[in-house]
Formats: sequence, structure tokens, C-alpha cells
Amino acid sequence: MKYRSAFDIIGPIMIGPSSSHTAGAARIGRVARTLFGKEPKKAVISLYGSFAKTYKGHGTDVAIVGGLLDFDTFDERIPQAIQLADQAGIEIEFIVENLVTDHPNTVRIHLFDDEKELDVVGISIGGGTIEITELNSFKLKLSGEYPAILVVHQDRYGVISGVTNILAKYQLNIGHMEVSRKEKGNMAMMVIEVDQKIEDIVIQEIESLPNITQTIRMVE
Amino acid sequence: MFRNVAELVALAESKQVKIAEVMIQQEIEVTGLTREEIIEKMDRNLTVMEQAIERGLKGVQSFSGLTGGDAVLLQKYIKSGNSLTGTILLDAVSKAVATNEVNAAMGTICATPTAGSAGVVPGTLFAVKEKLNPTRMEMIEFLFTSAAFGFVVANNASISGAAGGCQAEVGSASGMAAAAIVELAGGTPAQSAEAMAITLKNMLGLVCDPVAGLVEVPCVKRNAMGASNAMTAADMALAGIKSKIPCDEVINAMYLIGQSMPSALRETAEGGLAATPTGKRLEKEIFG
Repeated sequence: MKYRSAFDIIGPIMIGPSSSHTAGAARIGRVARTLFGKEPKKAVISLYGSFAKTYKGHGTDVAIVGGLLDFDTFDERIPQAIQLADQAGIEIEFIVENLVTDHPNTVRIHLFDDEKELDVVGISIGGGTIEITELNSFKLKLSGEYPAILVVHQDRYGVISGVTNILAKYQLNIGHMEVSRKEKGNMAMMVIEVDQKIEDIVIQEIESLPNITQTIRMVE
Repeated sequence: MFRNVAELVALAESKQVKIAEVMIQQEIEVTGLTREEIIEKMDRNLTVMEQAIERGLKGVQSFSGLTGGDAVLLQKYIKSGNSLTGTILLDAVSKAVATNEVNAAMGTICATPTAGSAGVVPGTLFAVKEKLNPTRMEMIEFLFTSAAFGFVVANNASISGAAGGCQAEVGSASGMAAAAIVELAGGTPAQSAEAMAITLKNMLGLVCDPVAGLVEVPCVKRNAMGASNAMTAADMALAGIKSKIPCDEVINAMYLIGQSMPSALRETAEGGLAATPTGKRLEKEIFG
């Protein structure tokens, strides 16, 4: 079953006009910010397909920026998000791409500050539901709907079981998990969606394991 | 978990409860939330719907200038006493338009099941409210009943215009509303299913052809027609009329029609009204 909840049908509460072009776009922006971990100093936003063609009329631009400012889909400040980002000193650049992507509603968000940068690709698949399909050139599938952790690690034996053992210890049930790597023995990433809230202690314990580079928590 | 309308109706009949109750029970099982939390969450959706209608009836304009102000015209017309159709029907239409005009103007709405089709369910609910005087809980149940039917459509066909044309958006919304109106008016679960079937049958083949790619033209007026379609089908079902084609088969037919629709007619703004000379001119005026 693709849809499981009554609130997938009645909801979300959102700023119009389009659940896929506005609410979904805001959610992708917000997930990008969550993955970045803080407010970025600069965002380069590349729009593809239908996003590229109709973003002005659908407010896709303000919705994505609203998400980057940590606004929810129903935040009434979304129409003014670009001005608010400007006031907050965030530099925003939009690029309209002509490339054809797998999904018509695709956006690539590149976030920067003095210390780091992050590259996220998201698609809006309808009714406000989204998927993050790429993170720093790692392919992945993340809905942003469930509590999740992303663990960047070295591709070594035992790393995955080390992480899952900690989740088992704290009685966190895994709903979806995938592992991807760029090259054998090199950098790899685990994406783990769980059913329960992830406490700080769990993140700390995972980070203390050998061969773990970075752990990112996705908040509900 | 019910998978289709037949199972949904059978569950309601065997437990002797409303369809809304079947949906609430399933939501408790799936999400692990308490009944109170689930009711409260839907209560918030209802409040947003009510506020959107109020705002739209005062008059809004979209940024493109394509839509806005029609809900006000309809309310004035109703008050003039000259309307040919019944007051409740036209009230439902005006409230559906009000909601969708607010949506087009980047106002706050509740997607039902999508933003483009957000007018039909609240429009009909707040129109029949005037006659049936439901309690707040009955209005919340109206939304759960709508959700139950929408859930079946979403899982067996589609609720997205890009995937299945406007029949999947406004069509689904109208079927959901018709089923819920029947329940609120005291009809049986089986009659709700008949109303859903009759409504969706009359929305089959509806293409998604937004002018300039925007959720405005023809979307706002399609919400109006979806609302009147839902009201008429609900009355037909309450009168005892049945759909010769069972509801689940109608939903499947809608799915198959959507699958065979060319992409030009599925929210790409490359066909239908979007491709008319005026549609093209408006697109040029808005986007240059």
C-alpha cells in the first residue's frame, strides 16, 4: 500500500497553490536544511522539468527558500521567504536547467557556509510527498517522513552490524534501510529509517564507533 | 487494513459502525497514536478548511491575476434569490470555489486529497452544514469518511493529476465528498459507496490541462463542478439509486483511463485548454 494514513489523503495543511510544486518543494528545502544542520550562508537552487517551467506561478522558489529557513508547509511567511532570507543574510541563486531528469519535479540544492557544503537532490512525487534521491553524490531514497539517521562511514566489515546493534539496544525498529558506497573500501553511507524518535544518546554511541565519519539525524 | 471499497463497506456493516469509525480504527492501528490525538489532528484540518472558506468568501486574487473573486459573485447571486438551482447546491459550489481561490492566491488550505482539488470536500461539507446542523465531531467524521474513500483510490488508482489526469484529482475529491455527504445525511455505508461510484463515473476521462501550468484555470471551476456533481450523486444515492458498475470497478476504470492518457493531458500544460490560443496567450502574458 502506497498510502497508509488518513492524513496522507486529508492533508497536509499548506500554503497553496500546489501540493507537489509548493508543499513538496518546501519539504525538500526543509530536509536539505536539516541535513545541513544549520542555516546556510548561501544556497544555489537548480530547478528541473516542471519545477523549472512553472516555479514562478507555483511559488516553488519561495517554498524551497521557506524550507531552507526551516518553515513548515503551512507557514504563512512562505510567500515572503526570499525577502526574509535576504534579511537573514542568506545569498540565494536560482538556476533554471534544461536537462531532462527521471522525475519532472526535481530540484538540486547546494548549500554552503564557511565550514562546509552540502549537495541534495529532491523530487516531489505528489500530494506533498517527497523523496531525497541524492546526497553529496550518494544515491539514496529518503522520504523525510519518518525519523531517520544517515551514517557516513568507511566501507569496512562490521560497521553496519555495529550501528544496528546500537539501534537494537535502544529498541529502535528499522522500517527501511539501505547502504551505498562510492567505491569498494572507500566512503559509504547508511540510510536508516526507524519507527521511533531517535534520542541524542543513540547518535553519540554511533559516532563513537570506529570507522564512522559523520552521523546526521533527520527530525520528524 | 481495508484494500477496497467492498471491504470498507463490509467492515462498517459487520461492526455496525460508520465508515468514519472504520477509518479512525485503522488510523489508530497504523500510526500508534491515540484516538484523541487522531481526532485532534483532523480537527485542525477542519479549522483550516473553515478559515479558507471564510477568507475566499471575502474575496482574494491570485498573483497571476487568472483567478479570484468568483466566490463573492456567487454568494451575491445566491442572496439575490434568483438562482435556478437550489441554494445548498450553489452554496457548496461557492465554498468550493472560495477554497480553491485561496489556494491559487497562496493562502493556507488543507490538501483534500491534493491542493488543486482542495475545494470540493470542504465546500460540500460547509454547505450541507447549514441544513443538517452536524456536531463538530460529525464534521470531523465527514473528513474521515472522505479519507477512507480517498485512501482506496490512492492505493488502487491515483490521486495525482500528473499520474492520472484531473479525474484522479477533482474526480477523487468529488467521489470522496459524495460518500461523506451520504453518511452525514444518514445514509448507509452501501449508499456511500453508490454515491462515490456515481460521482466518479461522471468524472471519468477528465484531463489535467492547467493553463500556463498553474493550478488556476480550469482548476477552480472544476472544483465548482466537482462539488455540484458530489451533491447530485449523494442525493441520487439517498434516493435509492444504485450504480450499475460497482464502485471498485469504477475506480479501476479510472486508473486504466489515466494510464492510457497521453502525457500532454496529464498536467504538462501541453494539451487541452492549456494549448488553446487563449491559453497560450495567457501563458505568454504571465511568464513572458
